[in-house]
Amino acid sequence: METLEQIKARAEAAVPGAKLEIVVNASPSAQHSLLVDNAHAAAVARFLRDDGQLRLDYASNVSGVDWLDTVVKQTVKSKRLIDGVEKEIEETLEIKKPGYLEAVYHLYSTPLKHGPVILRLRTENRTDQARVPSLTPVWRGAEFQEREIFDLFGIVFDGHPDLRRILMWDGFQDHPMRKDYVEPDDYEYEPTPHDAVLERAKPHYAAEAKA
Amino acid sequence: MDEALKSELSKQGVFTTTLEDVYNWGRRNSVWPLSFGLACCAIEMIAASMARWDLARFGAEVFRPSPRQADLMIVAGTVTKKMAPQVVRLYNQMPEPKYVIAMGACAISGGPFKQGYNVLKGIDRYLPVDVHIPGCPPRPEALLHAFMTLQRKIDGQKLTGPLRPRHLVAEAPSEFPVPQYGGHDLVPPNNPALWHAPVVARKD
Repeated sequence: METLEQIKARAEAAVPGAKLEIVVNASPSAQHSLLVDNAHAAAVARFLRDDGQLRLDYASNVSGVDWLDTVVKQTVKSKRLIDGVEKEIEETLEIKKPGYLEAVYHLYSTPLKHGPVILRLRTENRTDQARVPSLTPVWRGAEFQEREIFDLFGIVFDGHPDLRRILMWDGFQDHPMRKDYVEPDDYEYEPTPHDAVLERAKPHYAAEAKA
Repeated sequence: MDEALKSELSKQGVFTTTLEDVYNWGRRNSVWPLSFGLACCAIEMIAASMARWDLARFGAEVFRPSPRQADLMIVAGTVTKKMAPQVVRLYNQMPEPKYVIAMGACAISGGPFKQGYNVLKGIDRYLPVDVHIPGCPPRPEALLHAFMTLQRKIDGQKLTGPLRPRHLVAEAPSEFPVPQYGGHDLVPPNNPALWHAPVVARKD
């Protein structure tokens, strides 16, 4: 199979305007992935599926990833005039990086027996713009997995034929796989609590002693 | 009846009994379970009902496909919050007298999934459980033991008096409220008339 750089170059040539980015995986697995901009995601996906050298016809796995808001600290050295003397000052800047959600597609080719090529779609943010285009029209098998991501991560897949919750019930309001999900407070009976469970169980101890 | 007199009479070839004994003997030897399973514990329940462990020895081989014909609900497996209302509804549709065995770690407490967002922390929050079986999953022998425990319980039930079981008390409930799907959890999260958090003795 071609390298990811070659795939990226050919996809950009085939889909005018598409902005692809290689997301490097520094771990030993070295499974680098392709980040696609949302506007051209469907066209790039069609290219990956239909291109004669790739023929990635099988989306084996679609998963969601939650990236929380992060604060990056940067030290910046600058020269300023203080009392007429030029001094070098170190400043710590806190840069807030907004979080986002990702949908990750693992693509294989059944006729050419190669893969995976990993495709990433990224939302604008985690709140009101948690949308990516659906790739179900390209790979039909992604339908239920995109529904599952919609259910558990709250990513809205534009263009999905039947976007409903699949695991939790319809009236459920939360997205349990998000990192900031807080489950309901039903820790009133924890016989052997520890760590995080202990923290949640402690407020119930007083009521327990009274009873 | 005096036990000594009963024993003496039986030596003379006179068999004496009470209506209560005959009634309970009949009931305990024809407990029909509801055939439904929720997870891997159901596989052990099925094994217990087949030839090797042979639940038929206890008169319970007839797994009924309808709650209307069942006496015993074996909650075999993880009760998810999405499934809990259906389990309670099935229980409500069973005729009295009815019994519940909570089989396995999940059914009695949530088990390994206890801190999950989707698992009920024990079916005893909504249903009156007669026998709890620990284990993950419990072996068929454990289910047989639970079954014998239930038989002993049925055997000891009085027909009259203040200690008579629920199904003989006209005003006692035979149905329990079915929890509703809420925005974050089941509503209510447990049946307060039935379940209170057990008191745990702690050192500190």
